[in-house]
Amino acid sequence: MTNPFSELFPEGIMQGYVILMILLVVAGTVIDMIHKKSAKYFFENSKKQEKAAKRTVSGGEKASAAVAVLVNEVLTSAEFANPQRRLSHLFTMYGFIIFVVSTAVLIFAYPTTADAGIWGTLWHLGAASLALGGYWFWFFIRVDVSSEGHQWYQLAKADLFIVSALMMVTWGLIWSLAGGGYAGVNMLFLALFIISATSLFSTVLWSKFAHMFFKPAAAFQKRMTKLDGSQENLPDVGEMNDPAIQAKFPDIPEYMGTNPPNMGLGIKSEPPRHY
Amino acid sequence: MPTFVYMTRCDGCGHCVDICPSDIMHIDPTYRRAYNIEPNMCWECYSCVKACPHHAIDVRGYADFAPLGHSVRVIRDEEKGVIAWRIKSRNGETDLNLLAPITTKPWREHIPQLADAPAPTQEQRDSQYLFNEPKYIRLDDGEIHTLESNGLEMKEGVYY
Repeated sequence: MTNPFSELFPEGIMQGYVILMILLVVAGTVIDMIHKKSAKYFFENSKKQEKAAKRTVSGGEKASAAVAVLVNEVLTSAEFANPQRRLSHLFTMYGFIIFVVSTAVLIFAYPTTADAGIWGTLWHLGAASLALGGYWFWFFIRVDVSSEGHQWYQLAKADLFIVSALMMVTWGLIWSLAGGGYAGVNMLFLALFIISATSLFSTVLWSKFAHMFFKPAAAFQKRMTKLDGSQENLPDVGEMNDPAIQAKFPDIPEYMGTNPPNMGLGIKSEPPRHY
Repeated sequence: MPTFVYMTRCDGCGHCVDICPSDIMHIDPTYRRAYNIEPNMCWECYSCVKACPHHAIDVRGYADFAPLGHSVRVIRDEEKGVIAWRIKSRNGETDLNLLAPITTKPWREHIPQLADAPAPTQEQRDSQYLFNEPKYIRLDDGEIHTLESNGLEMKEGVYY
């Protein structure tokens, strides 16, 4: 597939726009962090956690926790309890990354070349992947629709991020597949594409764009609480066949036998759709 | 004291919205995370606390057993068949780990099929029992179940 940005505008304008969007994301994230006091919250929480720690975590353990966060929570979105949400998030996340990186490569490396090798194809595939994961989430998985019983068209402030991202790739794909450039109706598609992209990257303060920065930090902190034994003040469940547990809680073997029965899936036995 | 949500732990899965008997756990329209929309109406039933897959919901315990700055947290572990509690005081001197068996039946495996139950006889209609009641208080198995009939005995004091 060809490079839709080839000779669209003077390269200085296109590259300036990309740099402006990066600056807006950085500024939005910093202001967001100051406004919500999220960094302060994390430091206070980690101090509390250190105070409640039962053991010291070594540097090696910290490094392996960081790797585990990268492999599980970041690269494979393991935090999601719902497998459909996890899959949809993977499509959206990788689509977004591929789309953004290929846009930057096309604009900075091939601003005047129609044939940009694999990057043109990656741009379209990234947009399609984001659209697939995003629309799946939007129409079916979004908790407002699945648990609250709202209609898909009922918008809230929380939708700023997903709507902007979906509109960006939708109009971007339509504009590119209609031939690109800005002749005739393509001018409209291009304008909608630029407006959506600007809305996505300039509203970080009000959208959930910044989750991609603070979620890994929260996941790392969660792993650390398990390693240092503070466990966020959660109890030790222990093993039911452990003689020490049986001696400490004699009513459990007395009433339930030495191995209490598996009580099924509980809350996981059905998706939360009982609005 | 009512429930509250640790926003950094919540992934907005909606299980608490689903289970709350007061229908007061909802999704925040700004952050798409769960929150208690009406703390005054919270029964502190702990359903959402036990249901949350990420342990993102907490409850401030009553002041008579857990003064300000305390922590009362719970894990319902279906696989092991137990509910574990941890009560920690503000200064950390009291740190109780408690364990109790789950005494309800496994979820969704014993839903009474009331539509299939035979209609009550005139005698049942005139009795003081509610529809189908004897079955659930187990009079149909003979006598009411007691500690003695189950080979158990009452013990003095608090027994864990």
